[in-house]
Amino acid sequence: MQRKILVRLLLIFIFIAPLSVSAKDDTGNKDKKTEIKEYIDHHLKDSHDFSLYSYTGDDGQHHYVGFSLPVILWSDGLHVFASGKFHHGEEVVESNGKYFKLYHSKIYETDASGTINYDEEHHATNAKPLDLSITKSVFMIIITGLLMFFLFRGLARTYGKNNGIPSGIGRFFEPIVLYIRDDIARPNIGEKKYRKYMPFLLTVFFFIWFLNIFGLTPLGVNVTGNIAITTALALLTFFITNFTGTKDYWKHIFDPLGDSMPWIAKIPLYIILIPIEVLGIFIKPFSLLIRLYANMQAGHIVLMSLIGLMFIFKNWIGSPLSFGLAFAISLIEILVALLQAYIFTMLSALYFGFAAEDHDHAEAHEGEIQHL
Amino acid sequence: MGLLDEFSLGLFFWQTLLFLLLLFLLRKYAWKPILNAVNDREQGIKDALAAAENAKKEMENLQADNEKLLKEARAERDAMLKEARELKAKMISDAKDEAKAEGDKMIANAQAAIQSEKKAALADIKTQVASLSVEIAEKVVKEELSNKDKQLKLVETMLGDATLN
Repeated sequence: MQRKILVRLLLIFIFIAPLSVSAKDDTGNKDKKTEIKEYIDHHLKDSHDFSLYSYTGDDGQHHYVGFSLPVILWSDGLHVFASGKFHHGEEVVESNGKYFKLYHSKIYETDASGTINYDEEHHATNAKPLDLSITKSVFMIIITGLLMFFLFRGLARTYGKNNGIPSGIGRFFEPIVLYIRDDIARPNIGEKKYRKYMPFLLTVFFFIWFLNIFGLTPLGVNVTGNIAITTALALLTFFITNFTGTKDYWKHIFDPLGDSMPWIAKIPLYIILIPIEVLGIFIKPFSLLIRLYANMQAGHIVLMSLIGLMFIFKNWIGSPLSFGLAFAISLIEILVALLQAYIFTMLSALYFGFAAEDHDHAEAHEGEIQHL
Repeated sequence: MGLLDEFSLGLFFWQTLLFLLLLFLLRKYAWKPILNAVNDREQGIKDALAAAENAKKEMENLQADNEKLLKEARAERDAMLKEARELKAKMISDAKDEAKAEGDKMIANAQAAIQSEKKAALADIKTQVASLSVEIAEKVVKEELSNKDKQLKLVETMLGDATLN
């Protein structure tokens, strides 16, 4: 739903943009537009080096400011080298007798001259090595992980020093921890079992929130808007849900009607019901991964498009207007960053609640929030 | 460009590995101590509140006890005062009665004594009067009978009286 609105907004801007610039010379704007589009595309994707900004120098060459990250490849042996060797896709790298080339943010195996073969849809057909590089996203995950570790380790330590009262930044984070415990875990999972899920819920909440916020900084690393990241997170929710599932949870899936009718009457219903319930096991985490991915991705696209519009308008009305819009959207994105972290945590807790359910209060929750 | 095309196995691998690592590290070094500390603190607050409540109740009990004691003491004092007052009244009335009885007895005794003295005195007077009269009579008779004329005259007068009768 939210994504739809954002996509519509984006479409409106895409339609308005050409109208407003049609009076100007076309060639220059076309270049600028494709440049912006490529820039946005590039920004949304993961990258093998950490670039802060790039510019076109007096010599007509692109200059990149940033630093290299290690590239780790597996292709009949381990290949490790700095990403700077690719020179942003301009050069072929030789490692242990193999040649690699960076092409559209992906690494392909090539021959010594770096030939890329294409199929009829202009997709590269070269073999891809197993790419375990420390990319920009992985780098940010490590940074966020370290930040979280020291932050919450510090918070945990202040309790000991200060008679159970947090101090410093912990005063800000403790209420959030308590909120997750009291308003997310307890009501959804239940008083008896919520404790064992707390570490995951807390970690996932702060992890997503911090990465979302990092995505809004000028460094703009779009980590949570990456499908691989959200898939990994949702898979963990999936595994935790199903591995901690109680007998009642499985009974609810494979025998949803219970003893309410004779078995002979259940057969025709179960032909439909059981596949739906089984599908539900997979759809729930799938919705998690798509929701987070789509929201963050769409937010970044809208924001970057609005910033890009400033350079397309280049006049005294359009540019401030798109600046104002970009500013407004930025504020909304800060809210969305928190909201998406909250929703992911909340829904994970809800699914854990289904899994940890004991029969005595199974009926009360039935069908309540299944459609989420 | 499909989603699958965008899916990077390497990123997935690192994300899973790093996230799990982060999860276990945080669980051990952050979440457990934090949640335990918070739980302890909440338990402490709960206990303290309960203790305060208990203390308040005890205070109330004590106060009620004090009140009761005071009341009892007051009642006892009142009872004692009343008893004393009654005792005093009784003692006074007893003393009065006794004194009155004693007085009556004494008066009665005195009267009896006076009566007997009076009787004795009267009896004494009577005997004395009798003896005097006898003496006087003797003397008179002696006088009268000392001359014959007079004796005859007397007999005559007496006889004269007797015939008149």
